[in-house]
Amino acid sequence: MSTPVSMRRLYALCRKETWQILRDPSSNIIAFLLPVVMLFIFGYGINLDSTALRLGLVLEDTSPEARRFADNLYGSPYLRVTAGQNRREMEQAMIEGKVRGFVVVPVDFAEQLRRPGGTAPLLVVADGSEPNTANFVQNYVFGAWNGWLKQRAAERGETPPPAISVEPRFWFNPSAESRNYLIPGSITIIMTVIGALLTSLVIAREWERGTMEALLASPVTRAELLLSKLLPYYALGILSLFMCVGVAVVLLRVPFRGSLLVLWVVGSLFLGSGLGLGLLLSTVLRNQFNAAQAALNAAFLPALMLSGFIYEIRSMPEVIQAFTYLIPARYFVTAMQTIFQAGSVWPVLLRSGLFLLAAALFFVGLTALKTRRRLE
Amino acid sequence: MSEALVHLDAVRKVFPRSKQPALEGLSAVLFRGRITGLIGPDGAGKTTLMRLMAGLLAPTSGRIQVDGLDPISDPAKLREFIGYMPQKFGLYEDLSVMENLELHADLRGVLGEERITTFKRLLEFTDLSRFTTRFAGKLSGGMKQKLGLACALLGHPRLLLLDEPGVGVDPISRRELWKMVHELVAQGLAVVWSTAYLEEAELCQEVLLMNDGKLIFSGQPQELTSRVHDRSWQIRGVTGSRRQLLARALRRPEVMDGVIQGHNVRLVLRPGSAPLNLGELDAGPRAGLVPVTPRFEDAFIEALGGGPGGDSALAQKLAPVPGNHDTVVEAVDLTKKFGNFAATDHVNFAVKRGEIFGLLGPNGAGKSTTFRMLCGLLTPTSGTARVMGFDLKTSASQARQQLGYMAQKFSQYSNLTVRQNLKFFSGAYGLRGERQRQAVEGMVEIFKLHPYLDTTPDTLSLGFKQRLALACAVMHEPSIVFLDEPTSGVDPVTRREFWTHINGVVEKGVTVVVTTHFMDEAEYCDRIALVFRGKIIAAGTPDQLQDQVATKEHPDPSMEDAFISLVEAETQESSS
Amino acid sequence: MLSRIASLIVKELQGLLQDRQSRALLIVPVFLQLALFPFAATLEVKNNTLAVFNEDNGGESIELVQRLSRAQAFTQVLDLHSEVDLRRAIDNQEALIVLRFPSDFSRAVLAGRPAAIQAILDGRRSNSAQIVFGYVQQIVQDYNDERTTNRGGPQLSKLVVRYWFNPNLDYVRHIVPSLVAIITTISALIVTSLSVAREREQGTFDQLLVSPLTPGMIMVGKTIPAMLVAMGQATIILSAGVFVYRIPFQGSLLLLYGSMVFYILALAGFGLLISSLCATQQQAFLGVFSFVMPAILLSGFPSPVENMPVWLQYLDWLNPLRHFIVIVKSVFLKDLGAAALLRHLWPLLVIAVGTLGAANWMFRRRLG
Repeated sequence: MSTPVSMRRLYALCRKETWQILRDPSSNIIAFLLPVVMLFIFGYGINLDSTALRLGLVLEDTSPEARRFADNLYGSPYLRVTAGQNRREMEQAMIEGKVRGFVVVPVDFAEQLRRPGGTAPLLVVADGSEPNTANFVQNYVFGAWNGWLKQRAAERGETPPPAISVEPRFWFNPSAESRNYLIPGSITIIMTVIGALLTSLVIAREWERGTMEALLASPVTRAELLLSKLLPYYALGILSLFMCVGVAVVLLRVPFRGSLLVLWVVGSLFLGSGLGLGLLLSTVLRNQFNAAQAALNAAFLPALMLSGFIYEIRSMPEVIQAFTYLIPARYFVTAMQTIFQAGSVWPVLLRSGLFLLAAALFFVGLTALKTRRRLE
Repeated sequence: MSEALVHLDAVRKVFPRSKQPALEGLSAVLFRGRITGLIGPDGAGKTTLMRLMAGLLAPTSGRIQVDGLDPISDPAKLREFIGYMPQKFGLYEDLSVMENLELHADLRGVLGEERITTFKRLLEFTDLSRFTTRFAGKLSGGMKQKLGLACALLGHPRLLLLDEPGVGVDPISRRELWKMVHELVAQGLAVVWSTAYLEEAELCQEVLLMNDGKLIFSGQPQELTSRVHDRSWQIRGVTGSRRQLLARALRRPEVMDGVIQGHNVRLVLRPGSAPLNLGELDAGPRAGLVPVTPRFEDAFIEALGGGPGGDSALAQKLAPVPGNHDTVVEAVDLTKKFGNFAATDHVNFAVKRGEIFGLLGPNGAGKSTTFRMLCGLLTPTSGTARVMGFDLKTSASQARQQLGYMAQKFSQYSNLTVRQNLKFFSGAYGLRGERQRQAVEGMVEIFKLHPYLDTTPDTLSLGFKQRLALACAVMHEPSIVFLDEPTSGVDPVTRREFWTHINGVVEKGVTVVVTTHFMDEAEYCDRIALVFRGKIIAAGTPDQLQDQVATKEHPDPSMEDAFISLVEAETQESSS
Repeated sequence: MLSRIASLIVKELQGLLQDRQSRALLIVPVFLQLALFPFAATLEVKNNTLAVFNEDNGGESIELVQRLSRAQAFTQVLDLHSEVDLRRAIDNQEALIVLRFPSDFSRAVLAGRPAAIQAILDGRRSNSAQIVFGYVQQIVQDYNDERTTNRGGPQLSKLVVRYWFNPNLDYVRHIVPSLVAIITTISALIVTSLSVAREREQGTFDQLLVSPLTPGMIMVGKTIPAMLVAMGQATIILSAGVFVYRIPFQGSLLLLYGSMVFYILALAGFGLLISSLCATQQQAFLGVFSFVMPAILLSGFPSPVENMPVWLQYLDWLNPLRHFIVIVKSVFLKDLGAAALLRHLWPLLVIAVGTLGAANWMFRRRLG
């Protein structure tokens, strides 16, 4: 069935929708208040860089050598060291979660250092129940230990044994701050939620209030109906997106290196897929409550877990990896991280853009197919 | 002569996942220049038929033609000349009157000069000119209805479909609407008006009477009414309780149906039965039997197989409630304001033990608000509500144990089965073990719930839903029962059955407080209060109220007549 | 009174469990998340590409690259031949890390001079990059140690690292116990707050209020079913953790279920409080979402609580999930004792008393 669009009717419907948006506090809350609150929670609440790792220290050897090593631990900006009497005490502290790990300097530490050919062992025990933090315990202690070795050699005028070293250089994000990529990524999650929540409610609302019946009995066509739902909420979504980016850059101080034009294009494509999904659910379910719940399950959780926003997609089993290709948020996360931190890297942006375009066409197309001009 | 516009030919509609067809083998012809009434109780299939004609649903089988077009294969052309007002009017409540009109005008291509004149004409016609900037959600029921009609009239429809336009609208606005629709019909429109109010049937030139998805009559209303010709009687000059007289009359085999009408009792006899012997009915020394004009409702009851008889199985099961005739329910200066709007405005009344007290008024008049304050579900802005001397909102649960409550909206658990609902409500009122089992079984028997015990209430018909709700409210044998619109939307036979139960339990000493927007139901009450715009405009026995407005030309006014003249008197008073 | 509360509980459970759709809503997410999360929610870096820009052509760099390519983190090695290649590899996210060996690398190593490898990392994913860098550093360090020992030189000191409770730093051990807490949170809130909102919408709540049931009884009647449902779900997840994911359960079941009672009380308090503020299911749903989302994000599950700003840590004290997640993980993995558990339990008790009290007050008040 061909569905011509009359600009007059489309304009009238969009105008009506806009009035409703402006007069409905819950749309405004969802579009403007919720995103900012969520952005702050993501911005402050999620931080993968341990800056104040609680570490226990047991000095079984109290010689000057051992104290010199301990000073290096105390001096580390990343560690908050508490000393304990013995291993038992620290073990208990770790079970209770008071420390994330502890270092034991054994009784014979200084002696082994002095003994020619001796190797002075240091024991690092980390709480493995939180693997990421355990990794940080190891890395930070390693750094302090390395510093101690160099310092000791320098003081004694010795050359350290020749060694291969690896010098890290983080491009785009020199101090390797996780929030610089988490915040752009979180905007994706937020836009997913907003897009799905807003649109999942609108069509369902027309059904529930009985106004859809009056519309369907008028000469409105399917295309007009669909467009009149997409365009106003697209405008709302894009405003909300730019507001999020503004808050991220101005208040949360995340560097932004890309172009706003590119952001607008990629953002529009992503909104297309998000609004499409929301409309699809609300068209199919016709019940505000079920639509919102389904939208969250179909949008929020996959976006959080499978978009690569926090969790590395390439580390997942292949089946799940294959599945992530179907999630629009995945492409938008990549695009947002690139736009914010790297700028306009065309191959990445084009690839993401194409996938997003496909997703948008898919969801909007499916909604169009599912939109009925009848009540069944 | 009027020409045919809509042809319905053996139309059948079965919804997926439903065993029973919503419409079964329906054939009819609808004409231009006539009002065709779709009459029938809730769930009869009226809305489904409306939607089929508007092309919003496709028939499972059969054929529909509207002005030669098939609504399903040719929807675009059809929509150009159909005006449709869905139930609840289909208005955007967060848009103003003008914005609603503009939207529909744009959608229907009413532009330029034509638009200006059409708007002017419609606003005048509907008397909405003063309210163009008001949000549709803030309009009264009657104004919403007129706006809905105005929207449906944009773009020169030839067929106007109005789905339950009278629901939630006060009788005065309803009369105005009928006048407006008659004007439209005179211009050659075909109007389809669906309603559950049987008295509206007599205002239509043509009716399709429906029940359970089937057409049980089509033609002129007088034709159906003539079937009960010579069988409608009134007992006049009754002394003693008319309610008890009616119950006695209904027990007689030759009586098919009966209601109280003002001072009189109206009876419809079965075909071919002998004339009634008044002496056996103990109607009093001055009583006389007078033949009266049959009504549409009489014929309808007959079409449904007759009324329910005069005995209440429920009342037989109840133990008599002891006690004197003290005041048990009392409202003193009861007021509830929502913002500036007073939903209940300084309401005073007192109900004595063993009385049926009715709060009567159109939807939105403030009956439910008053009711909810009495039951402790709302806190009054000022004034007091007392039940047996307690404020129910703060009182101990022992006071509430004495109470039965049936809400206006069906309020049983839709995710539990009928049996589980009965068990839960009896359990919540502290019944358990053998007593609980007996109470549940008793209710199942009285309300004939056996076949539905293991189904959920949402699959029940409205009549059975209401029976279940009543069962849940009286299972614990309360001494006071609050019933909020118990008969709204149910078919007239079930309505009579409900009133039989209500009358029965009152005879046992139970106090009943009931709200209704059916004016004729007032006749069953001992005393009534007429509620209009939050105020009680009159109170007393039904006789007193009717006598108040009786005139020489109109010696025996109906309750609706009484209501309308009392409202008119009230508005004149407040405007002067 | 007990029989009336029992009627309430039976009714609630019947409503929850006998309808297929609502039963599915309680059970399907549990299994779905149980199957998906442990695999997906990992910060480990596996199957990545190691890009190498080798300007050296000696044996040492080749040896090192070979060692690195055997690591689990890298399944592919990408050879780069120019600076342009290098830039493209990082820009286009072909590799997370590029190792650049300088032209005199092998010569320096063989001559016993210090030699440096440059590691260029994609800062767009700085956490993964740091983790990969840690792997590389470990492998290079092992190589250093080996060379020192081979040459008979002394190794002055050595770090011996042990991971307790999770020797292989397996993410599953972090996730499954956390899931116990997260999934029960969601369903306990839905069962309490949404069911009250639904009763409001359908009018059954009024029926309860006019009956002799008191607000207190109604609250108990909502809380106990939530507790039963949550405990049922927790049992499924715990069993899957022990029998499917083979995580040894170290602590006391009694302690775990005992503290769960307090946790659900705290949640029921929030749920009832939300529902007392909402008129419709729609609002209740938004309310639950606005509570659950921050509760999960700030629970310490995605990232540790101590990484947050101090003010937020104080605010987060009100988040019951934050306390309970520590309890589940500690009892499950570390055999936390009863005395130490109290430190995390009393905040739950305070929250429960506060929210239930507030909800009770609101229920009485909202009638107006």
